Amino acid sequence: MTQCTVLNDAHRRLGARMVDFGGWDMPLNYGSQIDEHHQVRRDAGMFDVSHMTVVDLRGDHVRAYLRHLLANNVDKLRKPGKALYTCMLDKAGGVIDDLIVYFLDESFFRVVVNAATRAKDLQWITAQAAAFGVSVSERRDLAMIAVQGPNARERVHALVHPAEREQVQKLARFCACEAGALFIARTGYTGEDGYEIMVPLHLAEELWDKLLAVGVKPAGLGARDTLRLEAGMALYGQDMDETTTPLEAGLGWTLALDPPDRDFVGRSALESQLSTGVARQMIGLLLDDKGVLRHGQRVITANGDGEVLSGTFSPSIGKSIAFARVPAGDPGAVTVDIRGRTMSVRVVALPFVRDGKVRV
Amino acid sequence: MNDIPGDLKFLKSHEWARMEDDGTVTVGISEHAQGQLGDLVYVELPSVGDSVDAGNACAVVESVKAASDVYSPVSGNIIKVNDALADKPETINEDAFGDGWIFRVKPSNPAEMDELLTPDDYAEQIENDSN
Repeated sequence: MTQCTVLNDAHRRLGARMVDFGGWDMPLNYGSQIDEHHQVRRDAGMFDVSHMTVVDLRGDHVRAYLRHLLANNVDKLRKPGKALYTCMLDKAGGVIDDLIVYFLDESFFRVVVNAATRAKDLQWITAQAAAFGVSVSERRDLAMIAVQGPNARERVHALVHPAEREQVQKLARFCACEAGALFIARTGYTGEDGYEIMVPLHLAEELWDKLLAVGVKPAGLGARDTLRLEAGMALYGQDMDETTTPLEAGLGWTLALDPPDRDFVGRSALESQLSTGVARQMIGLLLDDKGVLRHGQRVITANGDGEVLSGTFSPSIGKSIAFARVPAGDPGAVTVDIRGRTMSVRVVALPFVRDGKVRV
Repeated sequence: MNDIPGDLKFLKSHEWARMEDDGTVTVGISEHAQGQLGDLVYVELPSVGDSVDAGNACAVVESVKAASDVYSPVSGNIIKVNDALADKPETINEDAFGDGWIFRVKPSNPAEMDELLTPDDYAEQIENDSN
């Protein structure tokens, strides 16, 4: 059965083209996804991301639990409100999901996991929690709106109660605070500055309308995908899953192998992979010719074949970009089979775009 | 409701065809199709002089979301292509039944036009597709 977020009517009133996304009826675009993309890069746009799963974890041993559960180290989180991006691995080092974890106090952390992986994530999180006496509580009472773009923060500041404005304005990147009924995090999935705002369901539409009134334009999943891909950000299920370790998915930077005695799930598998050599790598591709790189296309390198993971047309660059998984080592001259045509592509460093600037 | 011009005929695969006064046939994709594809970013045009068979792919429209073949509704020779689409593929999004035309065919068998869907039939088909 298709689920609707609390903003479903608001999307339809705005003329959204709705699609099924992981069992949720979500806006793909409100007209032109390319216009929405530019709106976020140049000004401010907002996304309904209420389909994402917010889970509160409480207990005296919650930090020890997360040290065990997550491949990045929550000991990096010392200041309340600080957030961390991490993968959650199975014993074989495969990625169960990627998530953001927020430290709130020593007995309270919050994680946000993907919508499409909700059931298996909750099952895994709950199964691991028992030994640590941690309680797992899904926050289905919260909606979430991501406000992103160079002008996103000041638009939000105008709407925050004056008594809470200063603490929101002072939020550093990857930090969150509570502001009245809102939980405001300076995080996102676009490569732009901005906030992800958790809001009680009954206040979500009012917040959405206020954001509209101060000039924040709605953007759909189409723009969200091109923005995150330009920003070099992975999408679970397309760029990595249980069959890949973070080392094969360009996510080695999220692994905390120090201290060596932190025994997190998947650690021994990663260590043995590192000692025998990681056979595959993720690279960024740029196509200078006409055409669009798409998921599943064959990538031919000096070391053998790989495939396109996420691929799309980049509105900021005006050319097609992609992530590809290919054999390890210098790939040499790379070509991609696009609809039966062999086309040359350039291997480029990620991200393609950051903070409004093209970097390739 | 669809505002489909009455002088168009359609393929099930969402191409439109219009018999011009000079006996040539102009071809494009429907308003419904452009909406389904979303923002177009490339159009691969046939070459003038190409011979095409009814029902065969002879152009490609590619959006951010997907690539889609464009089938010729009639057989004949390509006599003109809409070169403006190379720089402005979004013209199809903006005016699918007008400035967003893709190519023009000199038909070898004009009777093929009679086998195409009428605007009402086509409107019914897309109505059914969306249910």
